[in-house]
Amino acid sequence: MTIIAKKPQSLTDIPMHYCPGCGHGIVHRLMAETFDELNIAGRVIGVAPVGCAVFADDYFACDMVQGAHGRGPAIATGIKRSKPQAIVFSYQGDGDLASIGMAEIVHAAVRSENITIIFINNAIYGMTGGQMAPTTLVGQVATTAPKGRDPKLQGWPINMCEMLSQITGAKYLERVAVDTAQHVMAAKKAIKKAFENQVKGVGFSMVEVISQCPTNWHASVEQALEFVRTQMMPQYPLGVFKDEGAK
Amino acid sequence: MTEKTLRKGNEALAEGAIRAGARFFAGYPITPQNEVPEYMSAYMADAGGAFVQAESEVAAINMVYGAAATGTRSMTSSSSPGISLKQEGITYLASADLPCLIVNVMRGGPGLGSIGGAQGDYFQATRGGGNGDYRVIVLAPNSVEELGNFPKLGFELAEKYRMPCMILADGILGQMMESMAFHFDPIDPRALGKLDWAVDIEKNGRPKRKVFSYKGDNLIADVTERAKRYGLIEKTETRWEERDCEDCDVLLVAYGLSSRACLEAIQKAKEEGLKVGLFRPITLWPFPAQRLAKLATRAKAVLAVEQSLGQMVQDVKLAINGQTPVYLNAYPAGGQPDGNSILTAVKSCLNGGKEGLFDLQEHAEGFAYECKRDLSLGVQGDCKGGK
Repeated sequence: MTIIAKKPQSLTDIPMHYCPGCGHGIVHRLMAETFDELNIAGRVIGVAPVGCAVFADDYFACDMVQGAHGRGPAIATGIKRSKPQAIVFSYQGDGDLASIGMAEIVHAAVRSENITIIFINNAIYGMTGGQMAPTTLVGQVATTAPKGRDPKLQGWPINMCEMLSQITGAKYLERVAVDTAQHVMAAKKAIKKAFENQVKGVGFSMVEVISQCPTNWHASVEQALEFVRTQMMPQYPLGVFKDEGAK
Repeated sequence: MTEKTLRKGNEALAEGAIRAGARFFAGYPITPQNEVPEYMSAYMADAGGAFVQAESEVAAINMVYGAAATGTRSMTSSSSPGISLKQEGITYLASADLPCLIVNVMRGGPGLGSIGGAQGDYFQATRGGGNGDYRVIVLAPNSVEELGNFPKLGFELAEKYRMPCMILADGILGQMMESMAFHFDPIDPRALGKLDWAVDIEKNGRPKRKVFSYKGDNLIADVTERAKRYGLIEKTETRWEERDCEDCDVLLVAYGLSSRACLEAIQKAKEEGLKVGLFRPITLWPFPAQRLAKLATRAKAVLAVEQSLGQMVQDVKLAINGQTPVYLNAYPAGGQPDGNSILTAVKSCLNGGKEGLFDLQEHAEGFAYECKRDLSLGVQGDCKGGK
């Protein structure tokens, strides 16, 4: 019997708690496949966030650290500077990275910390129950924007890849999605590159993943995927915003 | 090893920390502790460690969280308002059972306060400014020599009990120069055994390790288990210094710089035929309550001398539990005690006077305060509609 598909060794057997249709599980798997394929599993140390992925420290088979909301890049900095041979990632959501942790992500990029950031952007606070995120779209309803996000009151969504691309220390920035098989494969390629960069010592690398949150978008999985394509992607175009890995 | 050198407090502390095996430092500029990160930026790399000037105190303490998770002797330093910002990280460090060293070179508060030395952060240090049931071991040096030697003790206690340890100094101790000696040989942390809980890169087939703060359903068990360590620390790790305590009429209680002024007061008291002793807590948590209570039974009065508005005196009162009258000689917000002013308070303790003794409610005697709204100034107006 030939095994043609299997669970990556870098994932544990603990069943994930993520909601049906959520993108977290897909991204976890792509990261775990990357650790296996790059043969770095033994030296990966991950930082799990506060938010839906707070339990990510259970799902990855590598050593994991879970810390305060928004502080992942600072924690990852401490790990990486103490153990330069470690492959360190910080896994963060949009409220975590683009709101409370804005200073930490910007300055990790400024210092060009040789770490990998996986940024899940689903335009909503998930774990706390659907409040407005810094990435919530104009007009999108959230529990703290019951009439929809109004730029006059709450401003406009923030595009992190575009913003960080202005920073010299940011070496690789790509935005991907996990709504179709084709996009999942592209996301895998980007995630792999972001970790390869760290192995090569390129510097700060971040992959932003446009993800779906059927639960807090109050949508079916199908409707959520449609929302990604018709609403999210116009605001958050997919693509490479910076790639200085080769230089 | 015991060679005497003349050093500035902050520099003695930084050198002492490197000698004690600190190999990660993250900090953010704030007066009056800037010599610490400056020293670290110059010498940490030579020692094989890492120095990071963080974007904020919040980031600095979280960098320490990450570095400490790898088992590296890690530290940060700051001064009062900066320590306020670090409270989030400190409660997370406590929750994740991570050892580290935090230095507070206290300045005047509250808020931005002043840049002069003060002791206003006793509550913050010993009660914890972060959320939840946790403790931090607090060491209070009163000399440049202790500033240089306490980092080793701090790291050892922090690692022994897997918790943060704080050195609580103040702006004058940090800035002043004294002759001092290090009482230990420099430690090479590479030669220390690995910690059996730290995240690492050489896994050699062992099960994965997690350092985490969210305990969910296990929180009660987690907190009650940790409390056993706290109880053990209270029983076994109290440290203090006694000066003429066994046979005194007035027992002074003071920590840090205040205790130095008390020594002057004791000398002056002796010249006047008064019997005054000094009990100096070196660990503020755990507070050396048992020994203090025992000594207090022999004194007519206990006088807490502190550069704050009555913070440490609460621990003194808890320890003495009403057996002996406890008074307060307070120098808040950067005020500095001297031998004469303390001696005045000592005499008040003995003769029933009030000079030099501080009581919050007496302080407010005859004082009335009222919030005034005045319609003749106009009305607040309508704020509906937001922006």
